[in-house]
Amino acid sequence: MNTADYRRTRRKNRRGVLVALIVALSAAFSLMAMPAMADEVNVDEYDNSIIGNVKLNSEPLEGVLLTVSGGGYEVEVATDADGRWKVGVPDGDEFSVTLDESTLPDGIAVIDETGEDDTPNVKEAMIGPSGSTVMNFFIGRGERNVTSFFDQFVERIVNGVNFGLMLGLAAIGISLVYGTTGLSNFAHAEMVTFGAVMALIVSVDLGWPVWIAIPLAVLLSAGFGWTLDAGLWKPLRKKGVGIVQLMIVSIGLSLALRYTFQYFRGGGTEQLPGSDSPDIPLFGSVSLSQTNMISMVVSIVVIVIFAWWLVKTKIGKATRAVSDNPSLAAASGIDVDQVVRVVWILAAAMAGLAGVLWAYFRPGIRWDMGAQILLLVFAAVTLGGLGTAFGALVGSIIVGVLVETSSLFIPSDLKYVGALVVLIVILLFRPQGILGRKERIG
Amino acid sequence: MDILQILSNTGSSLIAPATIGYALAALGLAMHFGFTGLLNMGMAAFMAIGAYGYAISILTFGFPWWGGMLVGIGGSLVFALILGIPTLRLRGDYLAIVTIAAAEVVRLLFLTTTFDKYTGSADGLSGYHASFRSFNPIPDGTYGFGPWEYNANGWWVRIFGIAVLALAAFILWAVMRSPWGRVIKGIREDEDAVRALGKNVFSYKLQSLMLGGVFGAMGGIIYALPASVNPGVYVTSLTFFVYTALLLGGAATIFGPIIGSVIFWGVQTLLSNLLPALVNIGVLPFMTTTQSQTVRFILVGVALMLLVIYRPQGILGNKKELTFVK
Repeated sequence: MNTADYRRTRRKNRRGVLVALIVALSAAFSLMAMPAMADEVNVDEYDNSIIGNVKLNSEPLEGVLLTVSGGGYEVEVATDADGRWKVGVPDGDEFSVTLDESTLPDGIAVIDETGEDDTPNVKEAMIGPSGSTVMNFFIGRGERNVTSFFDQFVERIVNGVNFGLMLGLAAIGISLVYGTTGLSNFAHAEMVTFGAVMALIVSVDLGWPVWIAIPLAVLLSAGFGWTLDAGLWKPLRKKGVGIVQLMIVSIGLSLALRYTFQYFRGGGTEQLPGSDSPDIPLFGSVSLSQTNMISMVVSIVVIVIFAWWLVKTKIGKATRAVSDNPSLAAASGIDVDQVVRVVWILAAAMAGLAGVLWAYFRPGIRWDMGAQILLLVFAAVTLGGLGTAFGALVGSIIVGVLVETSSLFIPSDLKYVGALVVLIVILLFRPQGILGRKERIG
Repeated sequence: MDILQILSNTGSSLIAPATIGYALAALGLAMHFGFTGLLNMGMAAFMAIGAYGYAISILTFGFPWWGGMLVGIGGSLVFALILGIPTLRLRGDYLAIVTIAAAEVVRLLFLTTTFDKYTGSADGLSGYHASFRSFNPIPDGTYGFGPWEYNANGWWVRIFGIAVLALAAFILWAVMRSPWGRVIKGIREDEDAVRALGKNVFSYKLQSLMLGGVFGAMGGIIYALPASVNPGVYVTSLTFFVYTALLLGGAATIFGPIIGSVIFWGVQTLLSNLLPALVNIGVLPFMTTTQSQTVRFILVGVALMLLVIYRPQGILGNKKELTFVK
């Protein structure tokens, strides 16, 4: 046996042991919970039996149909109000248990834990020496075999737009900061995480209601942006530190902040209140959870207000002027430092909001959650044209839709790859991005 | 608190394969960033390609150890070409974003379950040592003194690693004092001036990317040589840590990257042993042992910031050689 085989076999054995353990545990629990209440078929006729319990997140599912067959014997059974079922079976022989997925609630399916099984709703059961065996299915949210390709595609696009709008909130900030200061801010990811962590502290640790916690988190993020500019970036600008140096400083800041979050919140994932809101069907098979809908509306409203601010107000116009040409703007009497300060505050506030929305979209808050989307944000910004706010928005939506829809065609653990490859390809053919100008070629 | 044990672990880390791997990768970055001025943020990908190339060709295709190393090096050359052709025209900060994205693509491709058969996905790869160890000229037994006491295999990996590191440092020194090296430094100082002299700047940059990439791949191989290939290693933070080591020693120097890596790992090991020990005896009552392990990464970030702001030339560098400080 060569080493590769050895490795694989060992892993398989480990998995086997795990499965055996789970089966044994669930058997123990089923016995404690008295399967006498189960919907029982042919139990009195045979000594041997297969029992099970169909649950979704520990909520029992009633009326789910299962078929037990093998050795010429076939019988159907439905789960009772507690999700239990029991089937008596003849001696010997292996039996296959099929769970009829059409009797599960909509959008719920048997989840394939291994990633290799095409029909996880069919399982083989062997009757052990005890004369009884437990057969449970891992049930969860899933669309397998439930929706048509077109419906899935539409749903992914809706999800992608939602994701893209959220990316856009982060991307606009990064793009504005770049436009006004020339800094590619790697610590923007941590400004995203900061918003989410603040929302978590206010809503969960302090127990305040969510509708106070989230605006407060955005305000705190704005304050964080002000602090960063006042305490770090402005002194460095005054010192005349170069752009590449600033970028490396932002990388150092990103590392320091990221591990500071881990220091205080640990390595696990925590949830904001309301992250498990139910799905509401919209049209066709497209359904969005309540939080996702609110998230989309909030993103759109914030982006529209921001666009109005950038185009119509005096300080917005000044921001665009500084983005265009800082020296000329300064010569025209614009206070560049003040504009940059405002940009940092706005960028941090929007990043913080993006963090809260990202926490609902993922779902969950982790110390490195911002870093997970940083490259997608950079891809969006580069795609749209670095330094242009509206380009960042367009790029974000493209990246969001691309990431969500690409998992229909490629394995879902490669879905970010698509967006990143597009980033590289775009640079080949239109290095300035969709809305950018040709200044980035060195 | 066992001070002797802590000092011994720290001493041992100074010539650990991980340190040698970092030093090689930092030498590669010195070539890219220090001498050529290319802001390559994708060094983790070169290291991953080296390590996976080595492990996969041994485990799946049954190559001998030197064949595996050649495959790793070849892979890094191909990657440098694929990466360099579209991106080397870009200005510094854009290059950084694109290279970091490319590195992430490479990492995700090694991590996905789609190629589990070859890459082991999240489990990584191990058990490829037999061929390398069968070439071990050192007879069985334990050698050395104090913190540096290893068995024959431990010494074989370290001696091999140090030999490769010495060779890489010599190559870098030799090419940087050659006419080729002067053109490379010229590109860093003023690309347009070099172009005006009739040099093909793009081609020189590509050659630099390839040479530095080979150092990075060898770094990845040495890093993975004694133990296993773990996809959790080749994250973007790895590139940042190597940059920290490089800037600590001096970006545009030959020995800076080596000294930087040794200090980086020495301090890291010292802190990872000392801080939990301090927590356990109650000196740091405000943190847990888990938190004390996070502190050293916060310190890396802070050190990187302070270094770039106050001493961008590092320990050995010359401030005149730093065009990124403008």
